[in-house]
Amino acid sequence: MLTAIGGKTVGSVMSLGRFAVFSWQMMRWLIPGLSRWRTWVRTMPLFYEVGNRTLPVIVVTGTFVGLVLAVQSYDQLLAAGFEQRMGVLLSITLVQELGPVLAGVMLAGRVGGALTAELGTMRVTEQISALSVMGADPIRQLVVPRFLACLLLAPLLTFFCDVFGSLSGWFVAVVLKGIPSSPYWYYISDAIETWDVIVGFLKSLVFGGLIGIIACYKGFNCRTGAEGVGRACTESFVASFIVILITDFFIGTFLSGVYRGVFGFKSIV
Amino acid sequence: MAATDDHSNNNAVVRLVGVHKRFGETIVLDGIALVLKPGQTTVIIGESGAGKSVILKHIVRLLRPDRGQVYFRERRIDDLPERDLVDIRPRMGFLFQLSALFDSMTVEQNIAFPIYEHTRLNRVEVKDLVRRKLAMVGLDGLQAQWPAELSGGQKKRVALARAIALDPELILYDEPTTGLDPPRADEINELILKLQSELEVTSVVVTHDMASARKVADRILMLYHGNFIFDGTPDSIAQAEDPRVRCFVEGRCTDEVLRSLREKGNA
Repeated sequence: MLTAIGGKTVGSVMSLGRFAVFSWQMMRWLIPGLSRWRTWVRTMPLFYEVGNRTLPVIVVTGTFVGLVLAVQSYDQLLAAGFEQRMGVLLSITLVQELGPVLAGVMLAGRVGGALTAELGTMRVTEQISALSVMGADPIRQLVVPRFLACLLLAPLLTFFCDVFGSLSGWFVAVVLKGIPSSPYWYYISDAIETWDVIVGFLKSLVFGGLIGIIACYKGFNCRTGAEGVGRACTESFVASFIVILITDFFIGTFLSGVYRGVFGFKSIV
Repeated sequence: MAATDDHSNNNAVVRLVGVHKRFGETIVLDGIALVLKPGQTTVIIGESGAGKSVILKHIVRLLRPDRGQVYFRERRIDDLPERDLVDIRPRMGFLFQLSALFDSMTVEQNIAFPIYEHTRLNRVEVKDLVRRKLAMVGLDGLQAQWPAELSGGQKKRVALARAIALDPELILYDEPTTGLDPPRADEINELILKLQSELEVTSVVVTHDMASARKVADRILMLYHGNFIFDGTPDSIAQAEDPRVRCFVEGRCTDEVLRSLREKGNA
């Protein structure tokens, strides 16, 4: 029993160490690569891949989360006389929390798994070794563009999630429940501050980067065979999902502490 | 047996000194020594899983030895960081067992890849170089094809064209004829001989195909349980007295294995 626990712990620490080394190697290629046009040439098709694959799911997710939130909150807000402020509740939730988290989860599921499968197959069929043998660093060639694509597109996808969530909330509030349209938007514009947008943007940036690096790490280290690739994809999604939730908690706690320290308490009602 | 020749160490293309490698509990290389002479084709034979490909991967530094040293042109490479290998690796060509062509690139892009990485040739010059390399392996005209559209033999030949794209001094072939029918396998053998005579490169071929080994080898080494147990010419291997070598060359299992199989069959 103790041996098993010890073995697992050592294995986890070693795995974490390998991940840290992998991330460090990626950073060493990323920073000088940012000013080279070749890095962006390699990244451009991935922007399309990542955006094209994820946008439809993000739109659907954002829309339905907005609808559900609006339907669930309406009665309570009506009872408290705050139904015209429904947009505030939705927007704050979406911009700071649900938008980045949902976009991150969708990105991890839709793109992270695909990236892991692609790189895992390249590992199994020795294409990654072929790159090394040709004197082309695989981390520079494969990981940096994928990391950049996930990092930079996550905020954009989050933006779409926020917009469609707010629009679907408007649909429930105005079209289905008869709340006037102008207060809905007025209270949103009044309550949402630049800070909220920055929090959502920072979170999505961090989630995007983490998804990219985790997906690439799992693909690079997948075991041989179809089973190895399949397992790596699952591990990639599960790890990304858990990391998103944990990171969300820590970033949220840290930034709300910073906000309170700088601006004091903010009421949204 | 140490596969070395002390008289020629000075101009060795590759030198392995006391290389040990183990994966988990399995000892794959048990302190092997190897010297590769310029212009020679060395064939390493041995059972599946004997560690033949592991030797090649040490030469290109895809693997590091647990103990021992690896030298390329008398420069120690086993302890070099990845970045310092960027200048050395283009001097070696590697034909992978599964060809390892990039799926997302056409034949032309595959061959052009190392050229763009390591030269400053313009697009027209690269196209011309790719055409010449493809012509060398008899596949000029397939530039626009995707790897998925090629047969196994064609993939190997395209991979070979890519391996020679930068005119390497050393070409490493990992099971070049595995998975090919006999005529296609012989085409690959002929290509190895052709490249050998045209480019005057040093070659290492890892195989368990004895017909291929006899045809292309100047020297044959047999790896068994982490050590070389035979080092000689294609002619001398036919006269080898070691039963392990004889069994391999004659393509039959050892008496011990045969007896065990028959006993199990009767049980």
